[in-house]
Amino acid sequence: MAKGGGAGKIMMSLNNVSLVLGPNQILQAVDLQVQPGESVCLVGPSGCGKTSLLRLAAGLVEASVGSVKNNFSCTAAVFQEPRLLPWRRMLDNIALGLKARGVPRKERQIKARELADSVGLADKYALFPHELSGGMQQRVALARALAIGADFLLLDEPFSALDVGLRNEAQELVQHLVVERGISSLMVTHDLTEALRLAHRVIVISGSPGRVVYEHRVDEPFADRTQAWLYEAAAHLLRLPLVNESFLYNPQLEMA
Amino acid sequence: MILVINTNTNANEYRLRIVKSPRESNGYSVPSLDEHGIMSRLIKASLGWGGSLTGILLFVAMWEWGSLHYGNFLLPGPRDALASIHGFWQEGELWGAIWATTWRAMAGFAIAAFTGLILGLMAGLSHTLGRALEPVSTVLLGIPPIAWIVLAILWFGSGSMAAIYTVAATTLPVTFAGAQIGARTLDKRLQEMGDVYCVPGWMRLWDFYLPHIVSYVFPALITALGVAWKVTVMAELFATEEGVGAGLAMARVNLDTAGAMGWIMVVVVLLLIAEHGFLRPLQKRMEPWRKGAVQAKS
Repeated sequence: MAKGGGAGKIMMSLNNVSLVLGPNQILQAVDLQVQPGESVCLVGPSGCGKTSLLRLAAGLVEASVGSVKNNFSCTAAVFQEPRLLPWRRMLDNIALGLKARGVPRKERQIKARELADSVGLADKYALFPHELSGGMQQRVALARALAIGADFLLLDEPFSALDVGLRNEAQELVQHLVVERGISSLMVTHDLTEALRLAHRVIVISGSPGRVVYEHRVDEPFADRTQAWLYEAAAHLLRLPLVNESFLYNPQLEMA
Repeated sequence: MILVINTNTNANEYRLRIVKSPRESNGYSVPSLDEHGIMSRLIKASLGWGGSLTGILLFVAMWEWGSLHYGNFLLPGPRDALASIHGFWQEGELWGAIWATTWRAMAGFAIAAFTGLILGLMAGLSHTLGRALEPVSTVLLGIPPIAWIVLAILWFGSGSMAAIYTVAATTLPVTFAGAQIGARTLDKRLQEMGDVYCVPGWMRLWDFYLPHIVSYVFPALITALGVAWKVTVMAELFATEEGVGAGLAMARVNLDTAGAMGWIMVVVVLLLIAEHGFLRPLQKRMEPWRKGAVQAKS
């Protein structure tokens, strides 16, 4: 069910945030809120500052102007690349966050096993990251993020390197393990259908410096978001001039 | 049970390993015993060994030929060298000399490895310290070992200390550089991941930095080990009464070329044992993930 989009307390907010890195202004006057249990997807063309926005939310960079507030008790992230420790076995990679929080070894191994099973890696406990495929590595990264019991998950184009089939599988996992369990999430993607599939709210960011150009609430229950519906909804969105402009006819990005 | 056969790329080494379940294996698993496969691997492995052996035998043959050509006063042959090693053994010199040289080389090497690792780690993590220590390291690297020996004899007098000090001073910059580069090259993206997961300092050192640094430090250590043996022998030549270097000094005084050749053989064998019997197996144990990476490519 597409819940969580209602009037709740705002847990994470970016208020009138601008970001300047060196000579470049990356983001300008961005307002963004995430409510408990809400899944927000940021879409937009490459280079519009989506990843920077995520880094702001993660507290990895500070806003040049404006304020970032994060009231979630535990924030975790899945990056564009898996970013696993190549010298640690899969279970130890999943348990990384738990180890950092001082959870005893036995306990964190049990938890890590559980999560490995839930992302479909039950028979690969002792493998090193390079022995796993790209899709598996990304699932390990997701399990690592879930292991610490995060109530807020940041996902930075986590499936952009996967092929269509694996991508579908990974999206399903995120839908079941994150969105439907009421974990709030902020996900960056450049795929409009992916956003429509997983979001309560889709936010289109565009331009240079990037700003929020359009916001779209998705009320369709997750179970009803079929492939056909997704394509239709995406087409519908793309017919809107604002979205269309930022996605398709951006002259600066035509070459890219 | 499943028999897993891991074959190295260059077929120099092969090993058989029995694992309890496929879950634990990280190599290729062969569900049925394929005798033909094992045979071909054995042949491949022995060919690999044979290749190395061929090189050594060729070298020995050239040596023998040179000895026949120039006469065994100028260039004693391999058999003369072995005979004089046998002579040292009978006189009871051999083990004492090996022990003295080994412990000096190892002590100096251990000091240099330990200090270099810690200093290099700190220099890699702190840019300021790195900039301060780098020129010092370059200066140390530029001082010839023979100069260190002279200084060491002046400071510590003749004896083991002079040799150990010289070894430590000459190998320190090598291990330092390895550790520094290792600490400096840790992937920024992994560090960012560590930030997101609030990884505390000790764990960052243990889980992030050290495993990464190990892969830079081991080649440096292997280089340093070679330097350590050579410098030890040289220091012993000047500063001590026993050890392989002292034996060489004796051989020079007695114009005993075969003896000198014998001692050289002893040092080379010691170095090979230290590298292939100790350091490389240690590296394999400490970097199981890297060994797998090699296999994946093969």
